[in-house]
Amino acid sequence: MVRDLLAVYTTIVRAVPELVLILLLYYAGTDLINKALTAIGYQRIDISGLAAGIAVLGFVQGAYSTEVIRGAILAIPQGQIEAARAYGMSPGLMLRRITLPAMLPFAIPGLANLWLIATKDTALLAVVGFYELALATRQAAGVTKAYFTFFVAAGALYLLVSLISNLVIGRVEAWSRRGMPSLKEAP
Amino acid sequence: MANETAIIDVAARTSLWLRPHRIVLILIAIGLVLSAILFMRWDWLPQYYEMGLAGIWRSLWILAVTCVLGFLLAVPLGLAQATGSFWFAAPAKAFCTVIRGTPLLIQLWLLYYGLGSLFPQYPWIRGSWMWPYLRQAWPYGVLALTFSFAGYEGEVMRGAFAGVPKGQLEAARAFGMSRWKIFRRIWLPQAIYRALPTLTGETVLQLKSTPLVATISVIDIFAVSSKVRQDTYLTYEPLLLLALIYMTITGILVFAFGRIAARIPNKIG
Repeated sequence: MVRDLLAVYTTIVRAVPELVLILLLYYAGTDLINKALTAIGYQRIDISGLAAGIAVLGFVQGAYSTEVIRGAILAIPQGQIEAARAYGMSPGLMLRRITLPAMLPFAIPGLANLWLIATKDTALLAVVGFYELALATRQAAGVTKAYFTFFVAAGALYLLVSLISNLVIGRVEAWSRRGMPSLKEAP
Repeated sequence: MANETAIIDVAARTSLWLRPHRIVLILIAIGLVLSAILFMRWDWLPQYYEMGLAGIWRSLWILAVTCVLGFLLAVPLGLAQATGSFWFAAPAKAFCTVIRGTPLLIQLWLLYYGLGSLFPQYPWIRGSWMWPYLRQAWPYGVLALTFSFAGYEGEVMRGAFAGVPKGQLEAARAFGMSRWKIFRRIWLPQAIYRALPTLTGETVLQLKSTPLVATISVIDIFAVSSKVRQDTYLTYEPLLLLALIYMTITGILVFAFGRIAARIPNKIG
């Protein structure tokens, strides 16, 4: 049951454009929360754009990373799981000691991609009127008429975030692969 | 006999698929759809029907054009990175890094607002035959989406070109093929076979990028739904229908690419 519901969630979220999801969840989510609050007798609350934006992007990224982690867990050699079971590890201990560490090297490239996508998806929040770098850039450019300067500067900032992320991700990936044969030495 | 087992097999699979909790889920889904149809307002549909179809057509058209152009651009980008000398490889790599490192929205706005605001300053551009096109929004949208697709796919093609076994190329050379013939007959087809699975994903991603052109006033299906929302003050109905439309297009794309991929021999290299 849970598995099917999750499959529906990941399939739908991955088939619909992020922009549409952001609009849908941004308006529907705040509206539903307010309706639920009034239904149980509380005041309507103003949900800040930041909280709504974080929740929406989290919901979208959750679907993508679920698929990445699913693939990573499936990529763990079966023997490792069996060996852990043979040692009499409890499921919780096995998850903590074997499954999660063994899955990391498979999951990190995918998760790193998602991180880079997420940093760029924050720009989409500009469309629902959330004030972040992209929207600020557009307003500044519109006021000063210096479109090129501002958009190139914003692009450079995003690029800088991506490049720094790449460096950090490279370190993390090397750390998660410690003790495994190097990719270059493999045939 | 074989036929009989096949039928039993199909029946078994169907019964496995239709387990009780799945039937409940399907019933809930049908109930949700029915209540959406019955309790939500759809009376605006006839009025915006034609506009919606035109919007879908424009979205698909943009998708097709940018994917084809982007792929044509991605082949030299990938080739330059896979084999080219430093002077070819470095600019191609820089292009891919910049495209993949900045949001598409910023690229789109840079081209539309930035480039678009530069052109009118030059009288010779205003006088040229290009001006009627440059005044519209869609060329900028197509250009930005093409670059984006080329940037992502160029990286994929780099790996695909590099992944073709050396022996194949050496054999082709031993047959006395010219360089162009090797590329056309051996290297490119094998690279495309390798890139095909990711090509599906990239095309779906591209479909999901097309609504961004609505932010520069191209009337695609996303812009139509925004217009419906502004006109009728409805929040959910246009967005839900929009999500359904995109899901349908995604499904068709995945199915079509699956058919193409099934025709390609899976033992290559």
